[in-house]
Amino acid sequence: MDDLERFRAETREWLEANCPQSQRLPTTPADQYWGGRKGEFPSEDSRLWFERMRDRGWTAPEWPEAYGGGGLTPQQGKVLKEEMKRINARTPLFSLGIWMLGPALLEYGTEEQKQRHLRAIVNGEVRWFQGYSEPGSGSDLASLQTRAEDKGDHFLVNGSKIWTTNADKSDWIFCLVRTNPDVKKQEGISFLLIDMNDPGVSVTPIELISGESEFCQTFFDNVKVPKENLVGPLNGGWSVAKALLVHERKLMAEIGSESPRKVLSPVPAAREYLAFRDGKIADGQLRNDLVRYEMRMHAIGLTHFRTFEERNAGQQSAAPLTMKYLGTEAEKEKFELLLAILGSRGLGWEGEGFTEEELDTLRMWAMSKTMTIAGGTSEIQLNVIAKNVLQLPQANQSAKGA
Amino acid sequence: MALVFNEEQRFLQDSAREFLNKEAPVEALRKLRDTRDSLGYSQDLWRNMVELGWASIILPEAYGGLEFGFTGLGVVMQETGRNLVASPLFATAAVGASAVLLAGSEAQKEDLLPRIAAGELTLALALEESHHHNPWQIATRVEQQGEQLVINGCKTFVLDGHSADELLVVCRTAGEADSRDGISLVRVPRDAAGVSVQRTVMADSRNAANVSFDGVSVPASNALGALGEAADALEATLDRGRVALAAEMLGSAEEVFRRTVDYLKERVQFGVPIGSFQALQHRAAIIQTELELARSVVMQALSTVDEQPRQLPLLASLAKAQLNELIKLATNEAVQMHGGIGVTDELEIGFFLKRARVTMQVFGDTGFHRDRYASICGY
Ligand SMILES: Cc1cc2nc3c(=O)[nH]c(=O)nc-3n(C[C@H](O)[C@H](O)[C@H](O)COP(=O)(O)OP(=O)(O)OC[C@H]3O[C@@H](n4cnc5c(N)ncnc54)[C@H](O)[C@@H]3O)c2cc1C
Repeated sequence: MDDLERFRAETREWLEANCPQSQRLPTTPADQYWGGRKGEFPSEDSRLWFERMRDRGWTAPEWPEAYGGGGLTPQQGKVLKEEMKRINARTPLFSLGIWMLGPALLEYGTEEQKQRHLRAIVNGEVRWFQGYSEPGSGSDLASLQTRAEDKGDHFLVNGSKIWTTNADKSDWIFCLVRTNPDVKKQEGISFLLIDMNDPGVSVTPIELISGESEFCQTFFDNVKVPKENLVGPLNGGWSVAKALLVHERKLMAEIGSESPRKVLSPVPAAREYLAFRDGKIADGQLRNDLVRYEMRMHAIGLTHFRTFEERNAGQQSAAPLTMKYLGTEAEKEKFELLLAILGSRGLGWEGEGFTEEELDTLRMWAMSKTMTIAGGTSEIQLNVIAKNVLQLPQANQSAKGA
Repeated sequence: MALVFNEEQRFLQDSAREFLNKEAPVEALRKLRDTRDSLGYSQDLWRNMVELGWASIILPEAYGGLEFGFTGLGVVMQETGRNLVASPLFATAAVGASAVLLAGSEAQKEDLLPRIAAGELTLALALEESHHHNPWQIATRVEQQGEQLVINGCKTFVLDGHSADELLVVCRTAGEADSRDGISLVRVPRDAAGVSVQRTVMADSRNAANVSFDGVSVPASNALGALGEAADALEATLDRGRVALAAEMLGSAEEVFRRTVDYLKERVQFGVPIGSFQALQHRAAIIQTELELARSVVMQALSTVDEQPRQLPLLASLAKAQLNELIKLATNEAVQMHGGIGVTDELEIGFFLKRARVTMQVFGDTGFHRDRYASICGY
């Protein structure tokens, strides 16, 4: 047995012994633990599960042990993921700190910043959110206007961030601010960490078509931010942001294959909600739409594997740059398909007359529309492929997009 | 599972590409077409391909093969797809050799496979009886009369049907016209009495024929394996053919797309390269995303042949359906993005377009494979 197989056997055994049965069921958003000062465990079992994983550093399995991570190699990390998936183990801690900020701090942070923030992330003590977009700056992120003026020992921040997911439930924000208005737009941006407890920070929620209001607008009114909260060089925030975006897009690309959620899948839904004739779905159009979607997901799954194998073999391909587009567009297709399969049973908004799964399906359908907008829209993904993969000549600067 | 080529395969890829670019560019196909070449491929080229071991690339060493596995064949098919190379590679080395390997007795393998490997025997699978792929819709009959088998029936769309030395005839001893019962594979020399071959000139300028069998008599030992029991071997042979063809289609799609992207950078209108127009950029980027999926699917299907044959039906249908759709998109967009010159015979894009339409029909169109994939998955 080689080392990796031994690791797999040990991991399987440990998970079997330590993951409570209730933490092996599909999740709804209400079952997720996000940590932070305001964080509450949805159940006693979820606390237990989180603490056991945390103690092994497995809330951030591949981070160095020095910062509270698990110190696993990418291969071991993959094995852990596979073994968790095998028993449907829930993600013990949901965290933008782990998925996005942490990797950027590991690459760009000072030793002091790593010591201060990484362990607090791994331990679920601090919940982070992302402050990039502004009312006037979405796809054209580099045009952002939130100002951070150099006042000697601190920055003075004024402006607002929009679409800040879960700002009202979070403790700290990592954001992009303008530190130099007089140079090319990408070159006057810095990456700043701000504590939501600082005087002058306020938040208002925004309601979405899904009926949820995870979104907020976050305002900064003469907020004093210590200089030590600058990540990367002054006016060098764009590179930090771009590195972080790679992690965000990778995360979103895997959305369909992430930890099991309590939603219907198209094939079981078809078995339950559609008429069959001679072992086939009777409605030829729906059958065709379903098999098209299933084949596409099969191909997307294989492409995830391919990118992993390529990474291990030290080979590069264009596949990773296409996955955000493919994964999120397929996710939208899935929910359109589910609505078609459920017919009027998929249209219930709330209350009696519908199962919980049916109601969730509609809400998730509405949520799926956000996937191809957040983290760089599908159109922006195509721009990136055209520019970076195909190396097509760029039109005039004004319509380029990152 | 191997979704990246290993070093041996990358070496094969480089040397195949170099060889074919020199010996068999797309112009070679044009020349075969324009001179109405009677064989339909270059015998010299095929001899060279045999010398490189390509005729025996999937065959075990015991039969004189190169034993590079199906992924090895896939590497070569992809390169022949790039240049639209006309040769017996598909009908003989991918399909014919697989049929013998899967259906043949040990004695038949020892007899036939080394001859395939040496380039002494070319084969053509005489399967289809209508204008849509339907492997069990077989009316061609075979009857045993003493030591002889007698065959009657008509076949169409027989790839390499007019050039192969022997035809592998799919026929039945029993069973309804669309059942798997009684399906047999029988070798018939192309020049046997009662065989008439009508070459059909297809869109892709490659070899195909209608073949009829009128009381054709061959020795009983010409049946591959037991008479009436070849359905499983035929299905596996077709799946291998589908995967090999998907690899060829991937090569063609990559090449036609490469040429298109080059043109987007070259062609100037309104004072700028047309590739700077976002309407075209996004369409090109979408093809790139589809290409990435196709690559993963083809790689996986190739390694499935060698490593997980039980999964092959699912993967073969996935690969063929995905590649059918990709090649249609890539060739149509190639023509459109080239503008007027795209519809001229002078430009080679048209050759890719026409070859694509033929490959899309061979061994199952998209509808056939979606239906099969769904049926395998139980819906
Ligand atoms: C669920 C969700 C969560 C989010 N969470 C956060 C968060 O936590 N923090 C945060 O900072 N932001 C967040 N966002 C914001 C997100 O990053 C922006 O919505 C996104 O970048 C698009 O910007 P916009 O909404 O201003 O749209 P716009 O940029 O105005 O786009 C409108 C349309 O124009 C198209 N378009 C724009 N530019 C181009 C171009 N160059 N070429 C072609 N088409 C173009 C777009 O594709 C889109 O279709 C979130 C968004 C969503 C939906």
